[in-house]
Amino acid sequence: MSMDTNGKAVIVGAGHAAGVMAVSLREAGWQGSIVMIGEEAHLPYQRPPLSKAFLAGEAEVEQLYLKPAATYERAGVEFIGATRVERIDRAARLVHLADGRALAWDKLVLATGGRVRRLAGANAEAAARMPNFHYLRTIDDVMRIRAQFHHGVRLVIVGGGYVGLEVAAIARHRGLQVTVLEAAERVLARVTAPEVSCFYERIHRAEGVDVRTGTQVEQFELDPSGDAVAAVVCQDGARIPADLVIVGVGLVPNTELAQAAGLEVDNGIVVDACTRTSDPDIVAIGDCSNHPNDIYGRRLRLESVPNAMEQARTAAAALCGVLKPYNAVPWFWSDQYDLKLKMTGLSQGYDQLVLRGDTGGRSFSAFYLKQGRMLAADTVSRPQEFMLSKRFIAEAIELDPARLADESVPLKDLLPTAP
Amino acid sequence: MPTIRFVQSDGAEQAVHAELGQSVMQAAVNNQVPGILGDCGGSCSCATCHGYVDEAWNDRVPPPEGYETDMLSCAMDVRPNSRLTCQLNVTPDLDGLVIRLPASQT
Repeated sequence: MSMDTNGKAVIVGAGHAAGVMAVSLREAGWQGSIVMIGEEAHLPYQRPPLSKAFLAGEAEVEQLYLKPAATYERAGVEFIGATRVERIDRAARLVHLADGRALAWDKLVLATGGRVRRLAGANAEAAARMPNFHYLRTIDDVMRIRAQFHHGVRLVIVGGGYVGLEVAAIARHRGLQVTVLEAAERVLARVTAPEVSCFYERIHRAEGVDVRTGTQVEQFELDPSGDAVAAVVCQDGARIPADLVIVGVGLVPNTELAQAAGLEVDNGIVVDACTRTSDPDIVAIGDCSNHPNDIYGRRLRLESVPNAMEQARTAAAALCGVLKPYNAVPWFWSDQYDLKLKMTGLSQGYDQLVLRGDTGGRSFSAFYLKQGRMLAADTVSRPQEFMLSKRFIAEAIELDPARLADESVPLKDLLPTAP
Repeated sequence: MPTIRFVQSDGAEQAVHAELGQSVMQAAVNNQVPGILGDCGGSCSCATCHGYVDEAWNDRVPPPEGYETDMLSCAMDVRPNSRLTCQLNVTPDLDGLVIRLPASQT
């Protein structure tokens, strides 16, 4: 990669990774132009509050922005909002915008994120056109949801992952009647052990959520006038009346631009540890990127805020000629009711689950071990155990499961003593 | 608009205009004050917005809640006047607040 920092940098996307990239690039010493192009009208903003405080009406749009407009102006970053990039021309080093413009670049940053996975089958697409049916990914989605989010409303949530469960918690707090439909045998099946799924099912049911696992949607019943969803019909025959439907069944990375431009794509835009793609002048960051991780010895595509931020910082350094390989323990958080779930690591392949604390209460940690070393940890309202777990994982510390489970042994005593 | 002063570990200072109701962390981040990260966006999940409340102000800021205290114990170089600045909200009586920053957040 040539190290001319006087060129034109163009960032495709204006999400979290893009927002951090734009400012970090200037701070890293980029002297040329920086243009950030977003499909949404909004400045870069945080998505986690969309299914938490913003949905609850406790935060407003301006509070979600990573930085106010003035910060980008001071940094000499031009923001083009509400505009799609239609095509990347690598040979001519142009991006073609939906409004007909073409912008030249010397360095290109792909921060295209992802889009919601849409429900397949039955009449899901017809239902999706109804005003009371929503996917949840953007500020505009939640603005529409908020207008219908009232006490007594019968809400059916399709998807028992983080988004679905967070929405359920906020909805119960606001007095909606809530049903969660999860196709897998348990909630959070993709990411946690059965013991943790069980805990969350218990908590939600205790709060009055009707959690139905192993339940798939057969079809959406529309009301006679055809302008709203009236009920959700499940494959087991159950018919659930609904005033409002919210769907959260995952994310699909936006890799089409990269693919069409001939970049390597495989569960995300393929990059190295310094975010560089198969083109020496193009980097990719955030939810859309597939990157190597030495701790797990495999490639990952992570949908998390810390990943977006760290990759942005690495990419900013890379474009300015400094290599700062990104190799961190993934982490994530989810707030539901008063419970603060913080997770670190990736648990696939664990051979032993160690519980510290009581899953019958409201605070515990679940540690996922493989051959005596920690792969991952799910901590519920245990911030110190969460922070320590990052070290256990990163440093591959050999652990005694009995001490790990024993709350009378301070967790930090399991760190190796200094030589 | 209250003013908050941030003092780096090397003595460099920056005074920023803060909005009422925003967190001290956000005031720093919006004004590109180096040395405060706020990676989790202010949800008390990362301990990278750590700052030291200047002695003269220590009794004038509301005390931390339990969760902040727990997260704080995991920050770098924690002292008695340490706070996670995402949990400190800007009010009119904090005009002139001085926050000193640690040498590193990570």
